[in-house]
Amino acid sequence: MGKNAYFSLLFVAAILAVLPFVVPNSFYLDLAVRMAINAIIVLGLNLLIGFAGQISLGHAGFLGIGAYASAVLPTHFGWHPLLAMGAGAAATGLLAALVARPIFKLKGHYLAMATLGLGIIINIALRNEAQWTGGPDGMPVPAMGLLGFELSNDKQWYWVVAGLLVVSVWASLNLIDSPFGRALRALHGSEVASQVVGVDVVRYKVAIFVMSAVFASLMGSVTAHYVGFVSPNFSDFFHSIELVTMVVIGGMASVFGSLVGAVLLTALPQALATFEGWETVAFGAILMASMIFMPKGLVPTLAAKFGKGN
Amino acid sequence: MLAQFLQFLFSGITVGATYALAALGFTLIYNASNVINFAQGEFIMLGGMLGVFFTMAGLPLPAALVLAILVPAIVGVLVEKLAIEPVKGAETVTLIIITIGASLVIRGLVQVWLGKETHSLPAFSGDTPIEVLGATLLPQSLWVLGVTALVVVALWYFFNRTLQGKAMLATSYNRLAAELVGINTGWVLFMSFAMSAALGALGGILITPITLTSYDVGIMLGLKGFVAAVVGGLGNGLGAVVGGLLVGILEAMGAGYISSAYKDAIPFVLILLILFFMPRGLFGGKSTERV
Amino acid sequence: MSMLEVKDLSIHFGGVKAVQNVSFSIDAGIVYSVIGPNGAGKTTLFNLITGVYKPTAGEIRLNGEAIHGKSPNELARRGVARTFQNLQICMNMSALENVMVGAHLRLDRNLFKASLRLPALRRRDTELRKEAADLMDFVGLGSYVNSRADAMSYGALKRLEIARALAMQPRLIFLDEPAAGLNPKETIEVDHLVRKIADSGVTVVLVEHDMKMVMNLSDRILVLDYGKKLAEGTAEEVRRNPNVIAAYLGAHA
Repeated sequence: MGKNAYFSLLFVAAILAVLPFVVPNSFYLDLAVRMAINAIIVLGLNLLIGFAGQISLGHAGFLGIGAYASAVLPTHFGWHPLLAMGAGAAATGLLAALVARPIFKLKGHYLAMATLGLGIIINIALRNEAQWTGGPDGMPVPAMGLLGFELSNDKQWYWVVAGLLVVSVWASLNLIDSPFGRALRALHGSEVASQVVGVDVVRYKVAIFVMSAVFASLMGSVTAHYVGFVSPNFSDFFHSIELVTMVVIGGMASVFGSLVGAVLLTALPQALATFEGWETVAFGAILMASMIFMPKGLVPTLAAKFGKGN
Repeated sequence: MLAQFLQFLFSGITVGATYALAALGFTLIYNASNVINFAQGEFIMLGGMLGVFFTMAGLPLPAALVLAILVPAIVGVLVEKLAIEPVKGAETVTLIIITIGASLVIRGLVQVWLGKETHSLPAFSGDTPIEVLGATLLPQSLWVLGVTALVVVALWYFFNRTLQGKAMLATSYNRLAAELVGINTGWVLFMSFAMSAALGALGGILITPITLTSYDVGIMLGLKGFVAAVVGGLGNGLGAVVGGLLVGILEAMGAGYISSAYKDAIPFVLILLILFFMPRGLFGGKSTERV
Repeated sequence: MSMLEVKDLSIHFGGVKAVQNVSFSIDAGIVYSVIGPNGAGKTTLFNLITGVYKPTAGEIRLNGEAIHGKSPNELARRGVARTFQNLQICMNMSALENVMVGAHLRLDRNLFKASLRLPALRRRDTELRKEAADLMDFVGLGSYVNSRADAMSYGALKRLEIARALAMQPRLIFLDEPAAGLNPKETIEVDHLVRKIADSGVTVVLVEHDMKMVMNLSDRILVLDYGKKLAEGTAEEVRRNPNVIAAYLGAHA
């Protein structure tokens, strides 16, 4: 990875290290944790949408599977939370692989429809199976225990999530500049070209889809333990769209764009909290304006401007 | 037994007709511009909601209904001008996201200006159910089916017998060629959005006396309409109608015989199955990409 | 046995018989050209052999192995490379990366190793960058080594595709109208490039409209017309064939 990327990573790590000592109160610390969690999810989603050029309109469904695995398995079956998290990720990966294979042989809108359908089905299932999931009202989640030590307060979670974020950014940067990453980007640039150089297009699409789904599931579990509660809204269509908006506005095919998008759009609902309808309008307007005026997203557009200025 | 089956069938084709109108809307826009208009569902919602509000504002029912079709048509054109035209030729992902954005804006504004409550319209010719072989059929259902059938026939006539309709069809087959023979494809795009919104709004109005309306009915109706369009074969008008009815019937049958809690999931299971086994849909053809 | 054998190959698109019962064979190491009027089926033939289309009938054998119906990436595994008449360049990547992608099959593509940035992978990538830069030099694009693909001219991109194809270290390379859209100077450069490629031992199959280039370079020529084989032979034989003259060369001979 280039020098720029390396320094940016250090910069991000530095900010994360300093943050807890600078925030005025625990409300902002909580916000920071949520931003970091969203950032990791968006990183995974961006690999799929921005780099590989595919789409997922049902990603919140995968979040839901992870979150509810972490709620249901320990609560109803006595599983250890880490095991439950792993099981959620495995189930998500399997589901994603099953759905992806047939779908990725088709094009653009069909994939959008399939992912959308999958997300909605998951959401409905979570909402309906009340005896397991607590139905529309949701259910509480037991605390996450690591080696006999229980993660219970915000500060502990912050360090865990911040650490995960730094690792995720580092891994993403490495991935993009590797043979696998180049194949992925080539796939986006020209599927036909990538095929003739030997890229097994369907396999790669499936791989990146499964990977981003598993990321989402794991972070769904993390969110569940952090918040201590899950509800079906977590896996609904609007949440899936919020995630896509984060990818789009921050910058498709930009690792740091993912972070920016996550930060901005996690903060936005807080700012518009009392104006629910306006929140919807704002999201919609942002999506439209972003795609019309800044289709590459904030970070790449700004980077190009400043790059030219130098 | 038969009565129950008929009951499900009636409610299935009634809502199926709404899906059919939505699917036709999707098809029109897809054919004119290769765009999947995720805001289609919001036009359906606008039809119902505006019908309610113009009536509540004191307008006589027929005038209210006409406005409730015209205003969404204008909104449709606005969407085309403000959201689609600026990004002509963009990637599929970009266009999908833009129309989702448009749908959010429309829904959000309705939520803010018209509130979150559920509303209804009076049935056009009364509420007295009609008895058919032990099952009941609402008079409004007959309105839905009748008007939809008329619309379908009118559309068929328009596309096959009028010059403007043929121009639109030509554009859907090959835009460049259509432009070269003098067809104003900008006008075709304009018309397709306007018509598509009007169709959706009409469907929304017709169904409101039966299923009620509120600011968020658009999402599900639109998505299911899209499922219907894909089931029938994206881009195929007959497919849209057949797909709509099929989705409606299967949904009603599934809800009745299998599980009503999963009623909303049925169309999406259906689309996954179609995409797995018959992605071109019932009437869609094969196409190859030239390299 | 010839390197590539095509027997009775046909494909229909609905009612259009784009390629009908075409048979020919190509020996290793030669330059083989396919010519014919526009619409004769030359690119379709390429697409059939390189796996982009599946034939309706007929056989294609590469070194004796049946390859008809195999996908392009399977053919890539067997040392077959190609360029496209309508450029297929990844505009979202740099010029160098476009060429590096050509080496895809020769690299460790494991995703876990990639995320961890293992030293072996990094070393290989550095080597690859040098190799790709050398290839760009070979095709005459040395000055573009640091460019983005979307900043390059049409002519340069055509040669970039060739560099990408060469990065595959292919045994057989299909060049689909490499000189199309180029000015006379650029065309001569492409002519020399094709000669260099053939001299390096790669079997070259060429579709071209520029007759001077074709006659200059080719060891053997196949003439197609309306999807059917009209003639085949050396440049001299084809030039003198009355059917060919009538159907195609006409005023150009």
